[in-house]
Formats: sequence, structure tokens, C-alpha cells
Amino acid sequence: MIPVIGLAIGIVAGLLLEPTVPRDLQPYLPIAIVAALDAVIGALRALGERRFNDRVFVVSFISNVLIASFMVYLGDQLGVGSQLSTGVVVVLGIRIFANAAAIRRRIFHA
Amino acid sequence: MPESRWRSLFRPTVAQVVVAALIGGLAFAIVVQVRHEDKDDYSGVRGDDLVELLKSLDAANERLSTQIDDLTATRDGLLNSTQRSASAERQAKERAEELAILAGTKGATGPGVEVVINDPDKDIDASALLDAVEKLRDGGAEAIAINGVARVVAQTYFLDDDDEIRVGGREIKRPYLIEAIGDSSTLAGAVRFPGGLIDGISTRGGTATVTEQDKVTITALADIKAPEYARPSS
Repeated sequence: MIPVIGLAIGIVAGLLLEPTVPRDLQPYLPIAIVAALDAVIGALRALGERRFNDRVFVVSFISNVLIASFMVYLGDQLGVGSQLSTGVVVVLGIRIFANAAAIRRRIFHA
Repeated sequence: MPESRWRSLFRPTVAQVVVAALIGGLAFAIVVQVRHEDKDDYSGVRGDDLVELLKSLDAANERLSTQIDDLTATRDGLLNSTQRSASAERQAKERAEELAILAGTKGATGPGVEVVINDPDKDIDASALLDAVEKLRDGGAEAIAINGVARVVAQTYFLDDDDEIRVGGREIKRPYLIEAIGDSSTLAGAVRFPGGLIDGISTRGGTATVTEQDKVTITALADIKAPEYARPSS
């Protein structure tokens, strides 16, 4: 319940404040969002399997975001920024699909 | 169970608050990013991507320039050929009109003479009339009509028929009025000179008068039939 309230507050705050993304963060924000989504989907799966642990969630969320951002930063420094961010998105996308498939199997048994 | 849930809402654990904050931050970031993308500017694009973008734009630009050149050349060529065919068409039209006058399929107007042949004793026959027409042709007549009904062209024949004369199949009555378009003074000279048209008519017993006209209009048309045997040789 409380996370749902947090979700609502986040959306409303984003809509109302309309902040501009700081220039330095602009390349990393999309990747960070995908990484965080991976953590959230993973948490939903764990919730469904009744083995959700908030400590694991917090750590995985933050580490996902940091590692993804760092990889993009590293890629930018190496001159392969766009390729590496594509790779990161692909890997995270695969993980999201896998977790979503597990959730689906648990709910629909299919 | 619901009771404990409600209680947990008012006394959340630290972990719950942290999870809520993380999810709220994610939602916030998604909203911000989505709205930022809507603005559709290039401030968030990486330098490398910008270079690629610029390169592809350059390439597209070059391609389009060559296309413009090609199409301009094509257009110029088409314009040229249009002009050429237009002038060819104009020339062909003029030629067709000249030929139409010659063939007698079109009316004609211009300076010329009117020759009136009086024949009270019915002495003038077809050959005399043909002689008269030949004299006018010698004088440079470009279009000739008799009595306003019979156009005289290359195929026109003259025929005696029961006191009447048929010209190209049309019966013509006395007195004969020959209209001819051409240089009026030359035509009048050809009619009047000794041994000319007037002399020829009077030796056969008729009388002829000629008047020069500034404008003679011939509306009679010849009956043309398509050549049955002759074909253009080229």
C-alpha cells in the first residue's frame, strides 16, 4: 500500500514540478529508468513467490541504477556510449521479460 | 489481517518507506523523462550520436542536391523539347493551311480580281472557260472560284453538258463570274493583255470584263476525295 502511495506521489510530483533534466544526467536517466524497472519487476516476482525482502529490493534497485549508469558513463568515455547503452538496455530488457514471464506463469498458470 | 494492514499504513516501517521512496523516485523519473522526450530537442543527445546525425543529414543533403540537379536537367530538356515541338506544330499548321487553300478545302480571302464573262449566244464552252482559268493561273492566281459555287483546284474538270458547263460536277449558270485571289494588278494584266482572257472570250463571241478588288473572299470548297492509288512515296 505504501509503495503505491509513493508511486502516486512520484507521478503527481513529476507532472506538477515539470523539472528539466540536468544536462549531465540526461544520457543516464533513460538507462537508469530501465534498470530500476528491472528491479521493480524482479521485486513483483519475488512478491508473488512470497520471498520478497525489502532489503534485497533496495540494494538491487540502487545497485542496478548505479551499475547501469556507470556502464553508460564508461561507454561514453571509451567512445562506445551508444553501443554499450544499447547492450545494457537489451540485457535489462531480457531480464524484465524473463521476470514478467515468471509472474505470468504464476498468475495464469500458462 | 486487514486491520494490521491499516495499522501498517499509519506506522510504516523504515523499509516500507524506503521502498515507497524508491518507487516514487522511479515514477518521478519516468514522468520527467517522458515529458522531456516530448519536447523533442537535441540537448539530450550524445555527441557521437549528434555527429552521426549530422553525417546522415549531410549525406541526405548531398543526395537531394544531386537529385535536384538531375531533375532540373530533365525539366530543362523537357521544356526545350516542348518548345521545339510547339514550333514544329506551328509550322505544320501553317503548312497545312497553305495546302488547304491549294487543295480547296478551306475558304480563302485576299486581293484579287473578279472576271465577268457574258455569253448571250451560248458560245462559250467548257474549253473556253478552262482557257480563261488557265490564263488566270498563268497570272499567278492562288485560289479560283466560279460563280461562287465551284472551287477550281488541280482535280477540277470542265465539261459541256446540255448548253450548260459543269465545273467539278457543279452546274454553273451564265453569266460566269470568276473570282481569283492573287496579285490583282498582275492578274488584271494577264486578263487584259492582247491574246489574253478578254481577247480569247471575244473571239469566241462572248464579252468579258475584269475588276480589281482589294478583297476577294472565296467560300466555295472543292469536293476532295482521298487518293485511292497514290501514296506518299517517302
